[in-house]
Amino acid sequence: MKAMTYRGPYRVRVEEKDRPRIEHPNDAIVRVALAAICGSDLHLYHGMMPDTRVGHTFGHEFIGVVDEVGPSVENLQVGDRVMVPFNVFCGTCFFCARGLYSNCHNVNPNATAVGGIYGYSHTTGGYDGGQAEFVRVPFADVGPSKIPDWMEDEDAVLLTDALATGYFGAQLGDIVEGDVVIVFGSGPVGLFAAKSAWLMGAGRVIVIDHLEHRLEKARTFAQAETYNFTEHDDIVVKMKKITDFLGADVAIDAVGAEADGNLIQHVTSAKLKLQGGSPVALNWAIDSVRKGGTVSVMGAYGPLFSAVKFGDAMNKGLTLRMNQCPVKRQWPRLFEHVHNGHLKPSDIVTHRIPLEHIAEGYHMFSAKLDGMIKPLITVSATS
Amino acid sequence: MTDHYGYTAAKPPLRESSEQLRARVPGWGVDLDPQDRPSVPKLQLDPDATGAHWEFPERQPEHWPRERSIEHQFLTPVFGTAQPPRGLSGAIRKLAYARYSEGRAAHWLLLMAADRVDTVGSTLTSLASPHPDNLLAETGVLSEFKAHGLRSRLGERRTDVVHHPLDPIIVAGPWLLLGVVAYRTAKRVASRLRG
Ligand SMILES: NC(=O)c1ccc[n+]([C@@H]2O[C@H](COP(=O)([O-])OP(=O)(O)OC[C@H]3O[C@@H](n4cnc5c(N)ncnc54)[C@H](O)[C@@H]3O)[C@@H](O)[C@H]2O)c1
Ligand SMILES: [Zn+2]
Ligand SMILES: [Zn+2]
Repeated sequence: MKAMTYRGPYRVRVEEKDRPRIEHPNDAIVRVALAAICGSDLHLYHGMMPDTRVGHTFGHEFIGVVDEVGPSVENLQVGDRVMVPFNVFCGTCFFCARGLYSNCHNVNPNATAVGGIYGYSHTTGGYDGGQAEFVRVPFADVGPSKIPDWMEDEDAVLLTDALATGYFGAQLGDIVEGDVVIVFGSGPVGLFAAKSAWLMGAGRVIVIDHLEHRLEKARTFAQAETYNFTEHDDIVVKMKKITDFLGADVAIDAVGAEADGNLIQHVTSAKLKLQGGSPVALNWAIDSVRKGGTVSVMGAYGPLFSAVKFGDAMNKGLTLRMNQCPVKRQWPRLFEHVHNGHLKPSDIVTHRIPLEHIAEGYHMFSAKLDGMIKPLITVSATS
Repeated sequence: MTDHYGYTAAKPPLRESSEQLRARVPGWGVDLDPQDRPSVPKLQLDPDATGAHWEFPERQPEHWPRERSIEHQFLTPVFGTAQPPRGLSGAIRKLAYARYSEGRAAHWLLLMAADRVDTVGSTLTSLASPHPDNLLAETGVLSEFKAHGLRSRLGERRTDVVHHPLDPIIVAGPWLLLGVVAYRTAKRVASRLRG
């Protein structure tokens, strides 16, 4: 089969690979129809995630058709159209039993500090991902859901991560009616977090980025008030000024490890890999929120330490909340919101790229070319 | 004292009322009740909700000694089998797992070192294979022409443009270094042979 493979920092290619096999009785093999590149994939692509092996196939956002099932699979049949959450999870460990699907204890031998994720290095379990024609899906009775007939493929693929994560990020902000919410990052996760903040009754939603085309999307898609941090000498002071010098009630970090805005932080993490991630946006969030406020961290950071302003967070009495998103837990409610038209996830898709051209897709997404916000990877027809 | 928020008890008024927001923003307030949200409360014990029909999953066969964190009691019942450790990079990875917990920087730094060794080794061996690495295609830089590389970067006040020139150095750096070492060694060998 054809699969995207990692060759080293900033280098990927498409090559012929063996088709994945059933390795456990509850596995399924899914023929991928549509996949996506996520901001998280950039951390791998740039070589920031430890134990990213040459030959690894990325891709944790994908939908497709069940092609083969293991002997113990009861809930899926060959031919079912399925959407697969980015988490690999067992359903019964201490954590899954309590709804923390992103923190499963039974699927990632390589680390206890993170659960299982498709196509996300060996640090998250060593599973090849969905930017390929076929993918192994463990715990087929637990992870995937059949795509409802009324749901469009492009909406379904965005539900496997970006939308669920943005929505989860807003929840971790503990938003109550009338709260002032600042979202750092106007990528897919930030856009969905901003939109979700309104659903939870925010009184004001502010989005920060430095890419104009993305801020434009925050205004049109998420009805948000936007600020370009390059236009302000000090974005934290600007946030204080526009919130009556009190600070926001809630701030959401939807940027993560490659944050810009401070060259030393960015270069020491994204380029030199001396930090787990560049915490520029996280530090801005900590400093922009009011005392006693909440910071929700959706941005991903590597397992090495990062230079976070912890003292400010402590002295301000902040609540810091964070996790990888337990995707499937969000689905019943999000299916309703998509069905009712409250959310139209595919509105943020800007590019559709065939699998064969994925190397160019990565470069464009990494360098943020051509107004790219969310690239989908077209692999095969669904039916 | 209405404009001294924070210094007095009142919360600053919002520019738009909830009614105005409901009219302007589609879906505003549909998840208003903080208690009625999917991830609230954080821990919800409900083992029957997942579709799983086991208490502990069956174990997947282990075909080679699968590296694992020493913070795990045993090999997890299910695990990825992609890219088994191999060669020098594999040896470094096995050492990182066997010797250091996730709490130690050495664990992660060794894994990162193994990643770099893997890249250099794989690229070199690919040159002798039917599918040699092609840096031009693999970096996707040719998209610069189709995807308006210049126009996308100029025009806006993007801060990341400053460090984009570092990217080619990260890709080519190890090769330049390798080239210099090879050249020096060749020169030394040549002069030894002469002298
Ligand atoms: N928690 C989870 O489950 C989860 C799931 C998906 C993605 N993520 C993480 O969320 C983050 C965002 O993902 P994405 O797909 O939207 O990525 P993305 O790269 O498309 O978006 C990040 C945005 O942040 C902007 N940015 C950079 N520095 C900034 C700063 N200092 N302040 C404000 N904005 C800044 C960038 O210009 C970009 O628009 C990534 O770190 C990703 O790994 C986490
Ligand atoms: Zn993702
Ligand atoms: Zn589990």
